[in-house]
Amino acid sequence: MTSHGDNRPGTYKAGVKEYRETYWEPDYQVKDTDLLACFKIVPQQGVPREEAAAAVAAESSTGTWTTVWTDLLTNLDYYKGRAYRIEDVPGDETAFYAFVAYPIDLFEEGSVVNVITSLAGNVFGFKAVRGLRLEDIRFPLHYVMTCGGPPHGIQVERDILNKYGRPLLGCTIKPKLGLSAKNYGRAVYECLRGGLDFTKDDENINSQPFMRWKHRFDFVMEAVHKAEAETGERKGHYLNVTSGTVEEMLKRAEYAKSLGSRIIMHDFFTAGFTANTTLANWCRENGVLLHIHRAMHAVVDRNPHHGIHFRVLTKMLRLSGGDHMHSGTVVGKLEGDRAATLGWVDIMRERFIKEDRSRGIFFDQDFGPMPGLLPVASGGIHVWHMPALVSIFGDDACLQFGGGTLGHPWGNAAGAAANRVACEACVQARNEGRDLEKEARDILGRAAKSSPELAMAMETWKEVKFEFDTVDKLDTGLAAA
Amino acid sequence: MDIQDYPSRMGDPASRRFEAFSYLAPMDEAEVKTQLDYVARRGWDCMIEHIEPERAGDDYWYMWKLPLFGERDVDEILKEAEACRLANPGHHVRISAIDRVRQTNGFSLVVYRAPAD
Repeated sequence: MTSHGDNRPGTYKAGVKEYRETYWEPDYQVKDTDLLACFKIVPQQGVPREEAAAAVAAESSTGTWTTVWTDLLTNLDYYKGRAYRIEDVPGDETAFYAFVAYPIDLFEEGSVVNVITSLAGNVFGFKAVRGLRLEDIRFPLHYVMTCGGPPHGIQVERDILNKYGRPLLGCTIKPKLGLSAKNYGRAVYECLRGGLDFTKDDENINSQPFMRWKHRFDFVMEAVHKAEAETGERKGHYLNVTSGTVEEMLKRAEYAKSLGSRIIMHDFFTAGFTANTTLANWCRENGVLLHIHRAMHAVVDRNPHHGIHFRVLTKMLRLSGGDHMHSGTVVGKLEGDRAATLGWVDIMRERFIKEDRSRGIFFDQDFGPMPGLLPVASGGIHVWHMPALVSIFGDDACLQFGGGTLGHPWGNAAGAAANRVACEACVQARNEGRDLEKEARDILGRAAKSSPELAMAMETWKEVKFEFDTVDKLDTGLAAA
Repeated sequence: MDIQDYPSRMGDPASRRFEAFSYLAPMDEAEVKTQLDYVARRGWDCMIEHIEPERAGDDYWYMWKLPLFGERDVDEILKEAEACRLANPGHHVRISAIDRVRQTNGFSLVVYRAPAD
């Protein structure tokens, strides 16, 4: 990266020059309208931090590897992104944080596709960095207001479903592949009549030869309606409309609505943000809730030195649109530590999220009046986790017990009832001011006295724990406990 | 334990539920008061509603008078719920808490369930 060229105003010199001459501005005053990004960079050997940071700023905005004469046709000094701050990564000498500010003009209104194409585009294959991770983005409120966001949001969902003052409960139907539509509907019905609010298609259920989508939709909705009549409560099944084309996706969404489904489901990351935003807009116009699954996220968010952090994906999904989003459980078998999870749960639910490095939040983020979405805790959880889940997530969450419902020795309805009783007991105890996690055994034990289903569930899963260490930890500089 | 059947039935009114707290054993008066203390601590106002059992799934139940704005004495709230019950025999009666900041109900409990016919 030796300097050959120098584009002084009004002059043109071809060649390569150091990025930091143009794209490193430590004195830059960040504007309220700027889109800000924090990258974690592992530079190539011998590349100074400022140069690597400037290179990332350049390659994710206006820069090219060499100067070109057309640079002089515009006000590049206005349009460029600039690296304005560099920080050590606590506990990691191989990497540093680079903060980059981009003028809002660089991004098409209402298109997270455009934002991520710039910020996570070619720059991630750039040779000057060995590893690059997009840790956080501050979307200025001006930009937020151009996005549709969640079709309905938490409060509207509660009104649609008539559920107040407690977390919602769900269950993913298993086995995830291979059931016929009729048998699948049976599993749904049993869960819902037992007291769950939702059941869910697994993400890889689309429309396979053993169960075409239309048969599934028909049988599932009969199950939902019957369970509603039986319990007097409102229910839903996340009908997965993810499909190979946007046209097909919308066709399935229309059919779900025609059957009276209150909610449908989409895999935002495998299907892509364009499809997701289209579907979210459809849901808003059609009064259908949208559950978002996150297949493939771990491919890009798990490696601490390369990729995109989940909190960024979360922000982008909130802007693109969804009413539910999987968040991880903290207590279950999947990845994620408590503080980091609470960080992105705030990003899903809150209006304003303050910078808080102890939660991995690098910027203040203002979502203004944009609705929040419900975090979904799913995976490897059962009744013994309920006290911790209610304590961690509070009321505004959907807790999903797959094996923890379907694996009950007496079947789905009993498993569902066990979870519902445990949930209500925890909410009652929380309202009484009790410490749910310390008094878990007593709280669940008392509730089980009037619920043989809960007593049986407690007995079945009393020994099961999932306690693997997390791979992607917060950068705290503290050794693992 | 042998496998137990799940006893819910379409034809049995006792199988109908009422959202929050309807899967627990009924709360006694002291337990209800503790829940209303929580509502008061959160700064929420209570609203009393009632309905014919066959209409329990409706969005709107009959509102008893007006919401009890500013009332933090749980005995007064329960007294109103009792007055509502006496004036509307055969109806379900519930107490909901208005979270005006978030425009939702923070709490909801059926304090009187009409006997199944």
